[in-house]
Amino acid sequence: MESKIDISDHISHRYNDELEDLRNQVMEMGGLVERQLQDGLKALRKSDMTLAEKVASADDEVNAKEIEIDKRCTQILVRRQPAASDLRLVLAIIKTINDLERVGDEAEKLGRYAIHLHKKNTYIGDFTEIKHLGNHVRTMLSKTLDAFIRMDVQSAIATIQSDDEINEEFDSIMRQLTSKMMEDPRAIKETLRVLWAARALERIGDHAKNICEYVVYLVKGEDVRHTNLVALLEENPELTDE
Amino acid sequence: MAAESTEEKTNKENTKVDIEQQLGETVGEQFTKEQKFSLRNVDVFYADNHAINDISMDIAPNEVVAFIGPSGCGKSTFLRVLNRMNDTIDICRVSGDIRLDGEDIYDKKMDPVLLRARVGMVFQKPNPFPKSIYDNVAYGPKLHGLASSRAELDDIVRTSLKRAGLLKEVENRLDEPGTGLSGGQQQRLCIARTIAVSPEVILMDEPASALDPIATAIIEELIDELRENYTIAIVTHSMQQAARISQRTAYFHLGKLVEMGPTEKIFTNPDHTLTENYITGRFG
Repeated sequence: MESKIDISDHISHRYNDELEDLRNQVMEMGGLVERQLQDGLKALRKSDMTLAEKVASADDEVNAKEIEIDKRCTQILVRRQPAASDLRLVLAIIKTINDLERVGDEAEKLGRYAIHLHKKNTYIGDFTEIKHLGNHVRTMLSKTLDAFIRMDVQSAIATIQSDDEINEEFDSIMRQLTSKMMEDPRAIKETLRVLWAARALERIGDHAKNICEYVVYLVKGEDVRHTNLVALLEENPELTDE
Repeated sequence: MAAESTEEKTNKENTKVDIEQQLGETVGEQFTKEQKFSLRNVDVFYADNHAINDISMDIAPNEVVAFIGPSGCGKSTFLRVLNRMNDTIDICRVSGDIRLDGEDIYDKKMDPVLLRARVGMVFQKPNPFPKSIYDNVAYGPKLHGLASSRAELDDIVRTSLKRAGLLKEVENRLDEPGTGLSGGQQQRLCIARTIAVSPEVILMDEPASALDPIATAIIEELIDELRENYTIAIVTHSMQQAARISQRTAYFHLGKLVEMGPTEKIFTNPDHTLTENYITGRFG
């Protein structure tokens, strides 16, 4: 059965506007968070303290956006009692903004680590793997937001699967940093901060994955959280149908 | 008013064809393992008007089934098929296989009066008889000879009022007219009157549409309790009500059963686009 979701087709035009506005607000929040991540990574890479300070303090805007969207979702639930795809949209948004807010928190941490590392004259630019992981996570977040706005299940599933690569990269960085700490115990404190920065990036990947799972739920009505996705897709090939 | 342009007319015709094409076969789970009612290939005509078009479904014992759909989709007509209320309409013709506990209810040997004692009905507007509260409830048991003594009749009246959640409010004024009660109380009185003849199935045609939210909540609570002993089919225009009280929901459109399935599924992820459009307010 056709499952393409069109949120602009209600009898009530105002309801269409409310849902459209809600979706735009999520995209705006996604944009803020993307910028936070980008700035956090740049601050780490270039030891840019102005940018680091900005990232460490700009989380308020993301938090305010989360509260605003939450309020609008509550209003829609109360006033419209949404059902079916509309209900799934509102539920998916409530969950998505929670994950986006966490991504904002992780990006804020990147800013704080950049400041600490700068004070100790440790430059993350020396760790090419972190740079690579950062780029990977940025692409994943951008694809996630894209899948969300286009309600694109195929793209969401591909993005969910790409989280495994990020986890592998993180494991590799952890092994590398563990060896470094064993070689030079005096650098443990700074190396741990580098590890935490990598950990923050890996967590962002997890949040992006969660959002992609909500996209699958939104479009297909299928809850794919905590499942073996490969087995699930084999059993339900229609999940990837356009 | 300006006359309809040819283009508008063509568009309208196209939309109609589209919808008819979309209707197709019923989707979902309209059949159950156990059946209180089993209906196969039911058609209803009002003269030439094909009001119900080849509907098949089961209603399981002790379940609440909600019938939803836009006005004129045939849900009330279908409900009335279940206790032959349509017999009273001269131009109405019903065909198909309709069985209650395996028994053909449209068989010539079936007495419609006895059938309606087994399959009771509650209407949209509370319609108590212009009699006392007591007599409203006692009327059915007297008619069907269900009580052999006054004490037994008293017992039936009190039990029915209690089950309908009304006894506490009226036990000291049973001889007062039923019409003097509030709307919500009158509706519960009608439910008490229905259950007084020990039916197996209760049909409800928008039973709470004329009631305020408190009276509605009381009726809904009552429906949930009644489910232990009765099978209930309810027509409602309130989708929230269908979602709250029923185990399965059937969506009707233009006299066809479009989709039937577990209520939770119908309201979160229906299979049919027409169901989705209706419950999300996209029906145009």
